[in-house]
Amino acid sequence: MVYLSRLISDSHLDKEKEVHGSEAFSTSVYGSRWDIEPIPKYSLPDNEMPAKIAYKLIRDDLQLDGNPVLNLAAFLTTYMEEEAEKLMAENISKNFIDYEEYPMTVELQTRCVNIIANLFNAPKNDDAIGVSTVGSSEAMMLAVLAMKRLWKKRREAEGKPTDKPNIVMSASVQVCWEKAARYFEIEEKFVYLSEGKYILDPEKAVELVDENTIGVAVILGSTYTGHYEDVKAVNDLLLAKNKKTGWDVPIHVDAASGGFVAPFVNPDLIWDFRLELVRSINVSGHKYGLCYPGIGWALWKSKKYLPDELVFNINYLGSNQASFTLNFSKNASDVISQYYVLIRLGRQGFTSIMENLMGIADYLASRLEATKKFEILSDRNGNGVPLVAFRLKAKDIHYDEFDVAHRIREHQWIVPSYTMAPNIQHIKVLRVVVREDFSRERCDLFVADLMHTIDYLDKVDKETLHIKRNAGRNWKALKSISLMTFNSQSHKTNGVC
Amino acid sequence: MVFLSNAVSDTRLKDKNESGQALFSTCVYGSRWTKEPIPKYSLPEEEMPSHIAYKLIKDDLQLDGNPVLNLASFVTTYMEEEAEKLMAENLSKNFIDYEEYPVSVELQNRCVNIIARLFNAPMDNPEAEAMGVSTIGSSEAIILAVLAMKKRWQKRRIAEGKPTDKPNLVMAASVQVCWEKATRYLEIEEKFVFLTEGTYILDPVKAVELVDENTIGVCVILGSTYTGHYEDAKTVNELLKQKNEENGWDVSIHIDAASGGFVAPFVNPDLVWDFRLDLVRSINVSGHKYGLCYAGIGWAIWKSKEYLPEELIFNVNYLGSDQASFTLNFSKGAANVISQYYILIRLGRAGFTSIMKNLMEIADYLAQKLEDTNVFDILSDRNGNGLPLVAFKLKIKDIHYDEFDVAQRLRERGWIVPAYTMAPHTQHIKLMRVVVREDFSRERCDILLQDLMATVELLNKLDKDTIFKKRTSTANWNLLKSVTRATFGGVKNESHKTNGVC
Repeated sequence: MVYLSRLISDSHLDKEKEVHGSEAFSTSVYGSRWDIEPIPKYSLPDNEMPAKIAYKLIRDDLQLDGNPVLNLAAFLTTYMEEEAEKLMAENISKNFIDYEEYPMTVELQTRCVNIIANLFNAPKNDDAIGVSTVGSSEAMMLAVLAMKRLWKKRREAEGKPTDKPNIVMSASVQVCWEKAARYFEIEEKFVYLSEGKYILDPEKAVELVDENTIGVAVILGSTYTGHYEDVKAVNDLLLAKNKKTGWDVPIHVDAASGGFVAPFVNPDLIWDFRLELVRSINVSGHKYGLCYPGIGWALWKSKKYLPDELVFNINYLGSNQASFTLNFSKNASDVISQYYVLIRLGRQGFTSIMENLMGIADYLASRLEATKKFEILSDRNGNGVPLVAFRLKAKDIHYDEFDVAHRIREHQWIVPSYTMAPNIQHIKVLRVVVREDFSRERCDLFVADLMHTIDYLDKVDKETLHIKRNAGRNWKALKSISLMTFNSQSHKTNGVC
Repeated sequence: MVFLSNAVSDTRLKDKNESGQALFSTCVYGSRWTKEPIPKYSLPEEEMPSHIAYKLIKDDLQLDGNPVLNLASFVTTYMEEEAEKLMAENLSKNFIDYEEYPVSVELQNRCVNIIARLFNAPMDNPEAEAMGVSTIGSSEAIILAVLAMKKRWQKRRIAEGKPTDKPNLVMAASVQVCWEKATRYLEIEEKFVFLTEGTYILDPVKAVELVDENTIGVCVILGSTYTGHYEDAKTVNELLKQKNEENGWDVSIHIDAASGGFVAPFVNPDLVWDFRLDLVRSINVSGHKYGLCYAGIGWAIWKSKEYLPEELIFNVNYLGSDQASFTLNFSKGAANVISQYYILIRLGRAGFTSIMKNLMEIADYLAQKLEDTNVFDILSDRNGNGLPLVAFKLKIKDIHYDEFDVAQRLRERGWIVPAYTMAPHTQHIKLMRVVVREDFSRERCDILLQDLMATVELLNKLDKDTIFKKRTSTANWNLLKSVTRATFGGVKNESHKTNGVC
């Protein structure tokens, strides 16, 4: 069957021309007037534009976004199966917080919390409790709020002052710990790093604990070097200190990256709720939880570690719910995608993937070592998350890791370079995160390009390099309007994630 | 060309795995996963094929409600196909990754520019440009605004050598629950302006009376969630200016324009509520309410850099590039920001005005029809003086049923029309509310009216006993008893508000 086409009469055409000029009847995007006019950037355009055109114009703009496949910097998942994407697209209109309207969607959160709590060995005789968040930042903030409140209540009961809460953590924490501390007015007591020691020293950490400490943060999977901090040692030492002093300082494990790696690759590592003082854990669904950005989890060992005053009982749109999150309305598709990944992969699937990633990370590390140009800082054999942190072996050369990163960017690879956390900021590092779609083939290509880069830098003289460094600072694909410069207040000039 | 098919031999057909299940059923409903309970409590040991995982979850989700009959929520439930396509294509992007996705972040900049201008942010001074950020929703935006106000106040007090241990925030008792969260989490005292019969919004005089030296700011709502009214920001501004002058203070106003921010500028452009007022220093608006985007996008805008204390801003070297970060959430999906930009350029002022005017008319139509029945009193405003919603209550006092029964009965027909008690101190007033969203057509409106009248008729006929029985039994009837739902059920509510209505 052939559809009838409508003939556009002359008088019709004339009328349109009157209104819109010569571009009147161009329905082709690139023939339309919107293609030659600048896209609205500063103020609301007066008129509408057709849906197809809006779609295409934006899509064209977005073509300048990077290709995630060559982005070796981010932990965040960049690949999901077609079925997962379909499920997300179908549920993108759902507001997660609307329990009355979407009870099943909320039920899926409950199932995820159960599954993850069990994965983290929550005690069977008590009701662990958890919530989906937009990411580990929110999860951590909730955990910090809970710890602060519990500490405050204890102090008030003892008639002691509550104006100077502090939290003990390694200087290599991700920037959101600093945010939480600053926004909630908690003092940060850092355990500084030292050469060769890139993670929390348990003894130093527990030494710093005092009567005002609301908790100790221990990282499972440092963003700098991928190491797992020694939760068990901290637990044992802290238990002893608590006993001696009559305090009750808990541990929170920041398992943002490691939470979905360690249980599969290193099941003998004891870091979770099995340890007595570990009362809360956060994990990112969108890192090794293998979901797209926008999902994290906060879990507490039991209801008693979530103070009632922080939980809001609300009658929302017709049904009673308990709410303890910073965000209220949010998209349901992310929670659904996490559930998909959990049941799709199961323990077997996660183990296969994580073991593969570990294998590739170890392979990359050994290839880099074999070049004799690099030193490896990250751990291997499953003792850290699948990433490789490395630095240049030779010290007295005219280029550094930042130059390497810059040059290899020209090959399209994004490999971040950064200085180590205090107090070893003189050490510069490069880091490659091995994500699900980083195959061995791509690994080989990367090493080849890396070696080309080193070759090039070896040959370039000092002055040229200096000129390149300064020029690179101004060259940017886009100068964004509100890229304002603020003087850094934090002791950390690099928050690496 | 015909592809060669592989015949499955007998030996392979007989192949079973350890649990005796035939391996060759690829059909979802023929597979073993349909018979087994779907994993709920712990990670299943084995993988399952992707199309089965997809179908099982999809089937589960069929029990979710139909958003079309949900008249409770402000949050958008309809977007054009092109918008959905754009979102689906950008699901994998992490918004915070500026190095990798510079254009996605650039789109945020454009939205902030557009929205700041829409709110009449001052544009004449390049040294004092407005600033803004995308958030997950108004909750996050509000918490950021409160943080900024608190820090500014603290700095002033410290400079004056005065104590900073008792900050407070003045607001109407009808604020949305996230204000209470913000004050509780950030340890700020709430000073409520309580409502009175007939005055369902902030009384400017009472509000400014409550302001003292410890007040970090006054919150004024543009579009109350209870009745849709716009609170009188202009009067608050004038009175507060005077008080500030008298006392040498600098108390700001923050406008919670979560709902009204994308309505008032189009339907009521003469209403002066935004940055044109001197003391309005920050505004939040939800992209996912009348900003016409799906859940997950909000905006926080400050009049200028001056109102965003530097200590709260983190300079982060993230994945290779320097950025300034001031949000509670870090990594998040980029699709929602992109969808907001789509809406803004797709509709423009003309599009928004058409849509909002339509919604207003439908809301006024509904209000009129409800009034005509002589069964209901209308509490919300009309003619564009509030949001496109209708808040109404039963006219007659001495009957054996109330608004909650009406809501309950309507629910049985599929409609979600919430019933709730008014904010303190008018909790004796019960009301119902219909939010008019983009896809609430006049046709649907008529159908609702029919069902509403049928409900009232039925309730009139039922006797007191039957109604009581229904009330107590429905308390137990739930489609699902979710595992962790019961946990906080019995907790006594600390908040003075037993109903946080949104």
